[in-house]
Order: sequence, then C-alpha cells, then structure tokens
Amino acid sequence: MSKYTEEDLEKELETQEYKYGFYTDIESDTFPVGLNEDVVRAISKKKNEPEWMTEWRLEAFRVWEKMEEPEWANVHYEKPKFQDIAYYSAPKKKPKLNSLDEVDPELLDTFKRLGISIDEQKKLANVAVDIVMDSVSVATTFKKTLGEKGIIFMPISEAIQEHPELVRKYLGTVVPTTDNFYAALNSAVFSDGSFCYIPKGVRCPMELSTYFRINEGGTGQFERTLVVADKGSYVSYLEGCTAPSRDENQLHAAVVELIAMDDAEIKYSTVQNWYPGNKEGKGGVYNFVTKRGLCENNAKISWTQVETGSAVTWKYPSCILKGNNSVGEFYSIAVTNNHQQADTGTKMIHLGKNTRSTIISKGISAGHSQNSYRGLVHVGARAENARNFSQCDSLLMGNACGAHTFPYIEAKNKSAQIEHEATTSKIGEDQLFYCNQRGIDTEKAIALIVNGFSKEVLNKLPMEFAVEAQKLLEISLEGSVG
Amino acid sequence: MLKIENLQASIDDKSILKGLNLEVKAGEVHAIMGPNGAGKSTLANIIAGKEDYEVTAGTIELNGEDISELAPEERAHNGVFLSFQYPVEIPGVSVTNFIKTAINETRKAKGLEDMPAKDMLKMIREKSELLEIDRKFLSRSLNEGFSGGEKKRNEIFQMAMLEPKLAILDETDSGLDIDALRIVANGVNKLKSKDNAVIVITHYQRLLDYIVPDFVHVLYDGKIVKSGDASLALELEAKGYDWIKKELV
Ligand SMILES: Nc1ncnc2c1ncn2[C@@H]1O[C@H](COP(=O)(O)OP(=O)(O)OP(=O)(O)O)[C@@H](O)[C@H]1O
Ligand SMILES: [Mg+2]
Repeated sequence: MSKYTEEDLEKELETQEYKYGFYTDIESDTFPVGLNEDVVRAISKKKNEPEWMTEWRLEAFRVWEKMEEPEWANVHYEKPKFQDIAYYSAPKKKPKLNSLDEVDPELLDTFKRLGISIDEQKKLANVAVDIVMDSVSVATTFKKTLGEKGIIFMPISEAIQEHPELVRKYLGTVVPTTDNFYAALNSAVFSDGSFCYIPKGVRCPMELSTYFRINEGGTGQFERTLVVADKGSYVSYLEGCTAPSRDENQLHAAVVELIAMDDAEIKYSTVQNWYPGNKEGKGGVYNFVTKRGLCENNAKISWTQVETGSAVTWKYPSCILKGNNSVGEFYSIAVTNNHQQADTGTKMIHLGKNTRSTIISKGISAGHSQNSYRGLVHVGARAENARNFSQCDSLLMGNACGAHTFPYIEAKNKSAQIEHEATTSKIGEDQLFYCNQRGIDTEKAIALIVNGFSKEVLNKLPMEFAVEAQKLLEISLEGSVG
Repeated sequence: MLKIENLQASIDDKSILKGLNLEVKAGEVHAIMGPNGAGKSTLANIIAGKEDYEVTAGTIELNGEDISELAPEERAHNGVFLSFQYPVEIPGVSVTNFIKTAINETRKAKGLEDMPAKDMLKMIREKSELLEIDRKFLSRSLNEGFSGGEKKRNEIFQMAMLEPKLAILDETDSGLDIDALRIVANGVNKLKSKDNAVIVITHYQRLLDYIVPDFVHVLYDGKIVKSGDASLALELEAKGYDWIKKELV
C-alpha cells in the first residue's frame, strides 16, 4: 500500500483541483505486475470462473497480443506500459452484505465524501446502487425489489456464476473481443462490472446505478458492463465515476455492451469525473472506453454522457440500428481544462429501414486543453429512409485551447437524410460583465453560461444526476479564467 | 449616495471622460442627457465597474466609501444596478434562473442564506405583475431572441427583483413602445423611495414626463456642462444641443 496520508488528502481537497479526490484505505490483494496467459488464467481462477469463460479470456488475450495501440485519435500521451500494470486487485475483506450496516465503515465514509450517501439515495432517489470498488463489487442494494420483477442486476462476476447461460449468450456479441486494442485487453483481464437483464415487457421501476472507482495505485481498471433489455422492456441505467488524485497515470479500459431487443428501450447515462491530472498536465486517468449498443426492431438506445475528468479520453458510445424503425440517440457534454485531451463522439450505424438517430454534442474547452468531436453516421445499402440529425457545439474559454470537429458520413442508400450543424462560440467579456453587474462573480458566471450552453444535454439526465452533473461542470472549470 | 469628483477616464489612450462631477443624494432622480458619443454609457459602465476603461483621475464614492477598487459584483452587492443600453444574450439560461442566481449570490455576499423558493416565487409573481410581464416570458433564455422592447422591460424586471440603492437606466426608454414606456416608467416610480436614487440616461423628454427628474444634466465631451431642473429637458427638446455648445465657446 502506497503512502497516502490524511494530510495529503486534505491538501488535495484544499487546492480544489480535484474536490472529490480521496483514497480509501481498504486492504487489497494485488497481483504482481505484467500480463501473460498465466495471469489471465489466474484472474479467471481467482474469480472461480467456468472453463468457457477462461477460454474466452485467453482467446481475447491472444488477439490482443497481436494488436497495435491505435494512433488515429487526436490525443497525445505517453503510452501505458502494459507490462507494468497489475491486472487484478480486490478488497481483501469482502463482506457478505445483507444490509448497509454491514458495509465497511470506511467505505461508507468514502461514499459520504462523494456526497452520495447510500442512505440518502435510498430515501430520495429510489436508486439501487451496485458499487464497484476496486474491481470487485462490495454492496448490492434493492436486489429484492428488482428480483420480484425478475430483473437481474448484479456484479458481472456473480452473474457468470449465477446466470452463466445469459452471460455466455450475450457477452461479446455487440463488442467482439477482436473489436479493438482496448476492448481485446478488457476481454482478457476484465475484473468486474455490472450485469443487468430486464425480462420481457418489464419496465424497470428505478434508475439502476453503479459507481465505479479506481482505487489502488497503478492498478488498471477494466470494467465490463452488459445490459440486456428483453422484448418490450425499459431500463434507465446510470453510471458515475470518481477517482483519487495521484501522480501515476492510471489506465482505464472499460467495455459496455447494450442489447435492446424488439420494442425495448435503454437509457444509459454517465457522469465521468476521473482525475484529470494537475494543472501542468501531470498524472490523470487514461480513459479508453468502448461502448456500443444494439437495437432490434422498434428499439431505442440513448447514450447521455457528461465527461469532465480524465487526462486522455477516447470514447465513442455507439448504436447499431439493426432493426427496422429503431432509434439511436447520443447526448454528450465533454469538458476539458488545463492539459486534458478528449477525443469523443459517437457512431450511428443505420442498417434497418426507417432508422433514426440524433447526435447532440457540446464541447467545452478551457486552459490548454484539446477537445475533439469525432462522429460517424453510416447508412447501409438496405437502410431505406434513414434519418440523422447531428449538432456539435463548441464553447471556448481563453485562447490556448482547441476545439475540433470530425464528422464522417457514409451514406450507401440514396434515401438517407443527414443533417449536420456545428457552431463555435466563446464566452464574451460582455456576458461576464453583465453577470458581474448583477452580483454574480466571474466563476459563477462561467458556470451559469456553461450550464446554459449544455442545457439540452443536462435535460436528458435523470433529475438527481443532473444536479450532480452541474456541480461537476462547475468544479471542473474552476480557475479556468484568471 | 453617489459622489463623483473630477472623473477622468480613457480607453486605448482615447480620453472620454474629462473631469466629470456629479452628486446624487438618496431620494433623488437625476437625468443625464447629451449628444451621441458624449460619454454617458461610459460613465454608467465606470460606475458599475467595467474594467476596460482606465480611470486616470478622480474619485467615485458610494455612501461615503471609495468604490474604485471594488469588483463589479461587489458594487452590485452594494446596491449599484445598471440597466444596460444593449443587454447581452445568455443562451440556455432562463430569466428566472438568472435572476435567482443574481439574488442568491448577492445574499451570499451578505452572509445570508439562499432566498426560500416560496419567497422567490412570490416576488417573481409580484414584480412581473408590476411590469405586466407574461410569466411564460420568464422561462425563456435570457435576452435570446427578445425584441428590443422586451430586453428593456426585462432589465427593469431585474431591477425590481434586486431592489438596488442606486439604479442607472441607460436609454431604457429607447425601443419601448408607448404603452411599454408608461408601464416601465410606472414600475420605476413605484420602486422609488427616499432611500434609493435613480439616474436616467435618455435622449428624449417623453420619458421624463413619467419619471420626473429632480435634476437634469447635460453631458458633453466628457463633462457635465450644464445642470438644471426638469425644465432644462424641455428646453433641450425644443432647442437641441447647439446653444449649449455655443455657450461653451
Ligand atoms: N470600448 C471602446 N473602445 C473605443 N472607443 C470607445 C469604447 N467605448 C466607448 N468608446 C468611445 O467613447 C465615446 C463615448 O461613448 P459612450 O458610449 O459613452 O457614448 P454615449 O454618450 O453613451 O453615446 P450614445 O448616446 O450614442 O449612447 C464614443 O466616442 C465611443 O466611440
Ligand atoms: Mg450610450
């Protein structure tokens, strides 16, 4: 365990550079660094996985070994040394929990610092929280209520044990192990994550929520999430992240797969606030995520994301609109400050007839950061009457940052209607003075203007998340104007 | 309330205010008139604390305190309000949200808690009725797509909500139709008390029919060159500025 004292913590909080930065002192057992077939096997064994799962991981590892890290994104960083990372870390004391009272008090304290006390959440928000702590889930609530409806919501490691037939049927069907470098790596070594299954015709009565945390220094985090919404079902899933401040770069390569069967709807919302590195651009999380959803007939998938953290972000939540009349949506706010780099956007793959997609992307850049939107709208030859509307707005603060838009359009069917709008604006001195004159200081004025700019996307978030997201926007832009 | 002595200010080395004196006492209404480019808006902006200008000489006192070192928001917290000649747009921020933020930030600066939502709503209802503002209007983005007159009326709505000590209305009448002018002027009159003061900057006598000034000043070439009572405005309306310019030579 590295030295990280209460004092260090306080100093960090003082600087406000990373308000939610903290470190939890839960004992972990961590594998030695490095990756080879034995490590993959060991991870699988540690988790007591069935044979097929071990093989699946090994296959992915063999593919990954032959792959190159992609270079096409508009981000520059020191490549992680994949052999210097420990690929497994789990809290030693894994308590069996029937109620919250049994949760490690230190862990509960952690949640309090995050401002997301579970008790409060239970009462106020009607949220079932499955908390992923250092790769292994340690608390699951509301399981019973969900169970009555036949909804399965549990750590994926448990799902592999308890519902192997479901996991085996769907895992890797939307993001194959061979999809890309990071997805292959994730498939080989993923530690944990969440699994969710909504049975036919069931409307999930509450927002499902998972808080991911990166905790152990130098431990790469490889989350795996699989959400399956059976025919005619509905689920809204929330994912929120925060991590402790530290110097070392931390790699995060998650994979999220969504499957919306006929007439089903999945809303997937993310608030991401990982440590972005300090003012000089040192440290911070590398976030290379593969998120993709598959829509069958009349199905709908909406991705909503608020990205404020990470040193480097590489992330394109996508929709494969395979079924006729299916709908894909992408609403995104990406904030970059100081030396952060984000290359994010979406892919809308129209394959079915009468498929529709909407893309609303709001990029906010400050400091020396680089913020790129990269979006692909693909209309297949058989996708009659496909429609897409894309809007990419950039807001710049200061002169040292950059905003870039890379829209790609591939239309193989003449009936496609594709619209793209883009704007770039700056926060004006006059706007700031106007706010100042009304008694609103510049910091608050910026928060207000940024919230206004982001409103279309914030409005898509579930209420309690929207409030948190607004706070994050405010925090992440603190000190961005001198 | 406000005491300005020998104020000199420039922008990009261009001298705009050239030794301006003005004293406004609580309970008074002052009108400032003067030809285009004379420096009226500049004066208003400098009182409000806009940093683009370089104040090269003189003092500005508010209630006996020198405010030249205060940030614009601090002046606002001390009760200075400027109704802008050209209000800016803030997309995505509703009028309600904006005014709520303004009020609560001002309260915070004074060590007060946020205004309870109930009180806020009540106040919004009262003041929007006073200014005959449709409540739907308040949920629109601040000044975005507002007509010229709507922008001005919205400025006075904010003034009504913030209840300033010193209100400076920079050409609030321009762009208002005849009915709106009456409504806005009545609103201002209702907000007037012996404890606050109003400076109206205008080109037209007709506003002063409604808001009757105690003093009328002519600002010309960066200085107040003539002061009088309400009748001065009538005289200007009739004769223009030429006779004053001639008097100066
Ligand atoms: N930011 C600026 N940069 C350069 N010149 C400026 C700036 N602001 C004001 N000025 C100049 O200062 C002078 C005074 O302008 P000001 O806006 O104060 O006039 P005004 O009396 O309000 O005129 P109007 O009646 O047309 O509103 C004008 O010549 C104007 O061009
Ligand atoms: Mg003017």
